[in-house]
Amino acid sequence: MTNAIEIKNLTKKFKKFTAVDDISFNVKKGEIFAFLGPNGAGKTTTIKMITTLLKKSSGEILVNDKNPEKFKDEVRKSFGVVFQDTTLDIELTAYENMYFHAVLYNIPKKQRKEKIEKLLEFVELLDRRKDYVKKFSGGMKRRLEIARGMLHVPEILFLDEPTLGLDPQTRNKIWEFVKNLKEKNNVTVFLTSHYLEEAEAVADHVAIIDHGKIIFNGTPDEVKEKTQTDTLENAFLELTGKSIRDESSNTAHETMKKIINK
Amino acid sequence: MRVIYIIWLRQIKRFIRSYSRMVASLAQPLLFLIALGYGFGSIYEQAGQGSYIQFLAPGIIAMTVIFTATFNGASLVFDKQFGFIKETLVAPVSRVSIMLGRALGGATVACFQGIVVFFLAMLFGFMPVDWSIAPLAIVFIFLLALLYSSLGTLIGTFLKDMEGFQLIVNFLIMPSFFLSSAMFSVKNFPPAIEWVARINPLTYGIDGMRGAFSTVVEFSYVFDILYLVAFVVILTFLGAWFFRKMQV
Repeated sequence: MTNAIEIKNLTKKFKKFTAVDDISFNVKKGEIFAFLGPNGAGKTTTIKMITTLLKKSSGEILVNDKNPEKFKDEVRKSFGVVFQDTTLDIELTAYENMYFHAVLYNIPKKQRKEKIEKLLEFVELLDRRKDYVKKFSGGMKRRLEIARGMLHVPEILFLDEPTLGLDPQTRNKIWEFVKNLKEKNNVTVFLTSHYLEEAEAVADHVAIIDHGKIIFNGTPDEVKEKTQTDTLENAFLELTGKSIRDESSNTAHETMKKIINK
Repeated sequence: MRVIYIIWLRQIKRFIRSYSRMVASLAQPLLFLIALGYGFGSIYEQAGQGSYIQFLAPGIIAMTVIFTATFNGASLVFDKQFGFIKETLVAPVSRVSIMLGRALGGATVACFQGIVVFFLAMLFGFMPVDWSIAPLAIVFIFLLALLYSSLGTLIGTFLKDMEGFQLIVNFLIMPSFFLSSAMFSVKNFPPAIEWVARINPLTYGIDGMRGAFSTVVEFSYVFDILYLVAFVVILTFLGAWFFRKMQV
């Protein structure tokens, strides 16, 4: 078994709109896999299908050789996920958010405190552990989510836009962390990002998705070679064009707008 | 168990931290006690029906409990809007325990509110007839709280925003409140309405509670409890099924 994730002919239709259109790819165990594409290309929809949050329309998904629809809990145990929009409870403290996760993932009671504090220290939030998350900045929330996603030591970690909207220091810190995960813990990392130079620096493998279809699948060097470009960013523009896309997914921004308009 | 407990605990913590919500939710029952207690009370008593506050108070306690419980259950919608629901849904835990944890959390809060209203009502002259059986009322308050909190959670699984919740309140909770024995005796309703009131689980919750306070029960304690428990069980499994179907 060398593949952590196998996707075959995966399709997701929302009524008439096809968000993910017959895509196939494999993610090898222990690699950093960058899933890139413009806004609304189908990245988040794909992650949601793999992580059991969304039902596929057709095709096949295997996570560690298991079908997530049949072996829900086994598959759920094997991955951690950091979504693009925050999934923290802002009325709880940082420590409480971590503790909630530790209980859900059945981390033995004696280990909880130590593990939580170790991870909080790593993301430099240990001294803020008793603060409510609503007082946190965007970067702090993101770091906390990554720490939480790692708490149960998953085999696969999904990171949907982990560095979106963060300052260079935090971004740097997060990528260091991601590389470390792979090297020290042999965690498979599945990430999406808009920062292509960053993705280029960490990724072993790149798949580019646009309009729900995979238009490139290979190493960062291969994509540059194919498009005769010098950076991943230029290769990306070469492949997906330069027109601006509208995001169709439900972003945090839209959610906030809905709440404010009420 | 541990999953049910941690989900329950989260609801309790959130409740304790937002006491403004608690104060706000006590305003309505207070108003009802003043307006109805003094307004209708004198008419009721002139007609030779005895003390109205004795009849009304269990109804007002039930009102507080069912509104708070339904709202707490449906607050699942906020978890959807703020994304926290994903954290629970991707976790390797059974959907029944998610449902139970949420329902119990909402129920505990509503139960607490109900007991606060009980003491408020005592300020207006309400007094249990026999203190030795009065604690039995807590069983009925809790069962009502659990029932409506489960109902709210179930509804929350398919609601998209709190606007939809208003619809549920107007078409489900308000009728459930008025078409029960909360404010009036069921016997005074026309047959069709009486029939609705007899299906309505609130009628049995109030019957048991009123019985515990007045020592006079219309059906029987055992039947009241069984009827409420049956509803809770059905709603729990239905809710777990909706959680399984939920996509975010």
